[in-house]
This record gives sequence, structure tokens and C-alpha cells, in this order.
Amino acid sequence: MNIFAFVKRVPDTESRIRIQDGGKSVAEDGLNFVISPYDEYAVEEALRLKEAKGGKVTAVALGPEEALVVLRKCLAMGADEAVLIKDEAADSYDGLRTATILAAYLKAKVGPFDLLLFGKQSVGADNAQVPSMIAEILGLPQVNVVTKLEVGDGAGTAVREIEGAREKVGFALPAVISAQKGLNEPRYETLRGIMAAKKKTIPVLTVGELGLSAEETASRVEVLRIEIPSARKAGKVVTGPAADTARQFVEFLRNDAKVI
Amino acid sequence: MILVFLEVREGKIKKSSLEVVSEGARRAGEMGSSLAAAVAGSFDPAAAADVHALGARTLYHLESADLAQYSSQGFAQALAGLAAEVKPKAIWMAATAMGKDLAPRLAAKLKCGLATECTRVAFAAGRLEYTRPIFAGKALMTIALKGEPSLATLRPNVFAMGEAKAAPGEVVRKAAALNAGEIKARVEEIQKEQGADLDVTEAEIIVSGGRGLKGAENFGLLRELAALLPRAAVGASRSAVDSGWIDHQHQVGQTGKTVSPNLYLAFGISGAIQHLAGMSGSKVIVAVNKDPEAPILKVADFGIVGDLFEVLPPLKDELKKALAE
Repeated sequence: MNIFAFVKRVPDTESRIRIQDGGKSVAEDGLNFVISPYDEYAVEEALRLKEAKGGKVTAVALGPEEALVVLRKCLAMGADEAVLIKDEAADSYDGLRTATILAAYLKAKVGPFDLLLFGKQSVGADNAQVPSMIAEILGLPQVNVVTKLEVGDGAGTAVREIEGAREKVGFALPAVISAQKGLNEPRYETLRGIMAAKKKTIPVLTVGELGLSAEETASRVEVLRIEIPSARKAGKVVTGPAADTARQFVEFLRNDAKVI
Repeated sequence: MILVFLEVREGKIKKSSLEVVSEGARRAGEMGSSLAAAVAGSFDPAAAADVHALGARTLYHLESADLAQYSSQGFAQALAGLAAEVKPKAIWMAATAMGKDLAPRLAAKLKCGLATECTRVAFAAGRLEYTRPIFAGKALMTIALKGEPSLATLRPNVFAMGEAKAAPGEVVRKAAALNAGEIKARVEEIQKEQGADLDVTEAEIIVSGGRGLKGAENFGLLRELAALLPRAAVGASRSAVDSGWIDHQHQVGQTGKTVSPNLYLAFGISGAIQHLAGMSGSKVIVAVNKDPEAPILKVADFGIVGDLFEVLPPLKDELKKALAE
């Protein structure tokens, strides 16, 4: 199987977010960047499928030069190849722009493939747009928020989360799958993997060499402002015998919060 | 025109879709624009009255044998066909599992911008502005989308339900011309999770547990409490999920779900930054924690410093009494 796993470099989930640029962008200095957590499940699933069925796993990132670190991690986990599509534009928050660029890369630089794996959303932009959009552009089926994946000859089934239930979806290959937590447990890199990854060359392409027009790579999203929500104020805190605090609790719900 | 896609599950229009219709009515009024709704596949026209009553005079019913079961490829084709005909300024739907699956495919088909999981929509300087949380709510981003239509998914439980007024309306049935060959993924089965009809993103009350619960078996205490309350669901912190005590579907926070219930009850949750990001949009927060320094108590409207296992039994009794009155 020829499998592609798409990964993004994002601030880790412990990060405190600060605003700069007159409220137009998120300050990146002082943040610790990692592979977007859901993308790790995508990479792990790609590796497991390859181990079961043979084939090749390629990790692809779109972003600045610094994203090479994230691709190096994918190689250390066991990906065969990695590619960076260099894009110095600040995060545009336009999922369709990203999907258009990644689809152009697949059309221009890659032969037939079986699966495109993504995280269900990047942690940060929280858009959850690119997998479905690339599927539409390439005329492929999609299954999003997947917690179980089985792939056979030319077709597969995936289980995805919906409200209070799970949907079992049958799909034809090639297909786009986006991974949810629970799909697998991502492996740690081994020392041997890290050493081997260091020796590999990661080709760097630019958005400019993919044959897209300026219109196609322009963002449809105009960021008007980014704000930090005002902090909640601490309310009343009580302590004492459980029976007393429980009664005060219910009184609060009824009289102050008016929720029951 | 603002066009709202209505999600139908088990024959009923979802409450979150009606919230989107309500917001559509408010914004269309400001824009001097009309409001219409669309539904795809099987639909009982008797339910249309609820949609008309919230301000959508026209309800398009898109029909085709290939729309009987939801598929992103089928539904996106049908809606794109309708959009080409009625040329809406905006297409909105609820940010549910279906909405989040469908909207980006539709946006790619229509080559237009999409704002995901909006918590506020405004009409200013002649255009729509969409506000949406980023970093699971650590920041709020307001964007405008270039071109028409603009697409948006609106987060459930955030937009107020409008006041229903009996109003005339029409259901316009349209045969959707679909290329069935384009539908390459189909739902084969829906497996319901027992006792979890309501997802945390849709619940009005969330009873949530963390590391302080000490084990999977104690989530039963929270389920019992949730069963007493209307439209309540059980939530969990990441450490409870990672300990294997409860399924990830219930996780609230940055690698789980971002929620905005009327009431969030946190039992034994310390309040790590990832968790606070996911639930700070709750209207009222109540927390029970042994540690008086727990960060959750700094954001709670009401906090109890105490042992949750001691507080829960009298709390349940007091709640039962209060609800019976």
C-alpha cells in the first residue's frame, strides 16, 4: 500500500496563548512546538497498515522550515520518506487553501496512492476542514473522526464517532481518513529510529513549484481580530460537613444559577 | 438569502439545527435578507411548521433515493445543486458530527471559505463576521470570508433558540440530480452507545469526573447523578480517559471536546489548562475538589472543598428533593 500521512507543527497543548500584531496573530516566541496530537494517530495507523500489508509510508508537512523537526519525528517512528512543502505564509486559517496545495502536490509529484491519513483536526486552528476538502478536490471518499480502521483489497471499513453512537462506514480505495484519539496508541521513537532518521534527506518543495495560480493560493479568510477571552472570576468556595455543603450546592443551583 | 441545512436524525430535526435557524432569522433581519432552510433525504413535512415558526418561510426538501442515508458526497452534491439555483449569501449548519463532515466538502465543491464551530455571528460593515474559538477556546478569532456564499458551522448550545410564532410557510420539494457513482463511502450501520444518547457537545448539563474519581467503577456515581438531571451527559478529564476509566467520546478539553453547557459539574478534576480551555464556555461551573488550590476552583462559580465521595450521596438526596418540588 502507498500511504501518505499529513502532519502539522503546532504549539503543544500546555501552551498559554498570547496575541501580537495588533490582535491579528498568535505570538509564537516562547512556545514549544510539537506534532499535532491527532496527526500522531494518523502516522501510527499508516505504520501499522504498512507493517501488516507491506508498502510505503510518506509523511508530508506544509509549513515553515521549522516543520522539518516534526517530519524527522515521523521518520524516527518508522515512516519511509518525508516531504516538506515550504510555505512561509503565516497560518492562513483557510482550510481550502491548504487542501488545494496538498492536492496539487499529490497530482504533480506522486503516482497512485491508496490512503491519505490526517488527524481529525489540527490542535490550534481547530478547523477540521482539510481532510474533507482534499477528498472533494481529488474525488475521493472520506471518513472523519475514525476510531477503528480496516483496509482490504480496494475497499475498507471505518468506525467513526457521532453523537452518542458510532457509524460504521464502508468506503472504496483510495480514500481519505481522519484519525480520532482511540484509533491506536502511537509508538515512541526508538534510539535506532532516531539515528536512522538523522541520516535521511527530507526533500523540500515550495508552494511555487506546484503550478497553482496566485488566486488558488490566496486566502479566503481575512482575520479581523484575535482576542483572549476574559478570565472567569472565582465564585463562592465553601467547606465543611458534606451534608451542609451539598445543601448549599443545591441552593446555589436553584437560587443563584437558576439552572434547576 | 441565508440558507440553513437541517440535520434529521431518527426522523427528527436536531435541536442544534433549530438553533441555527434562530440565529439565521436574527441575522437575516439585520441584513434585510431572507431565510430559508434545506433538508435532504427522508423528511416528514409535518415538522416543517417548527422551522417556519422560527422564521424560515421556505423549506427546500431535496429528494433522491441516494439521499436516504447520509453520505457527505451525496448530501454535498444535493446542497451544491440547490446553492447554484438559489444563490444564497451564506450557508449555515450545526457543528455536529454530520455538519463538520459535510460543510468542508460542500465548501470545496463551491470553492468558498468556511468558518468552523462559530460561537458568534455578526453583520457589520455590510458583511458577516464569524467568531470562533481557536486553541480549544484559549483564544477567539473573528474572521470575514471573501466571496459568496460564505459557509459556517455553528456550535450547538451557544445560539439562543428563537421565539416560535405560528407563521405561514411552504415546503418546496426538489428532485436532487445526483451522480450516484460519486458516492464512494456509505454508512453501513449505526451502533448506539448504551445509555449515552446525548453527546457532551449537545448536553445542557455535564456531570464530569477526573482523577479524583479513583477508578472506572466510580463513574457510575456520576451516571446516577446525570440520570436525575434533564438533558445531562457524563464528561471526563483527559487523565480519567487516559487511565482507561471511560471512553474518549466523553473527554472534555483540548484533545477532547469543547463544550458550552448551561451547567458544568466537575468532580475530582484539578483543572489543567487543556481541560479549562474546553469547558470555560460553560454558563455556570460548579466544582468539588479536595485540594483548595485546584485551578478548577479559580474558575468555578461555586466550589466545594471536600471529598467528592462524601459530598455525592447527600448531594443526590438534596437534588432529588429540589427537583421533586
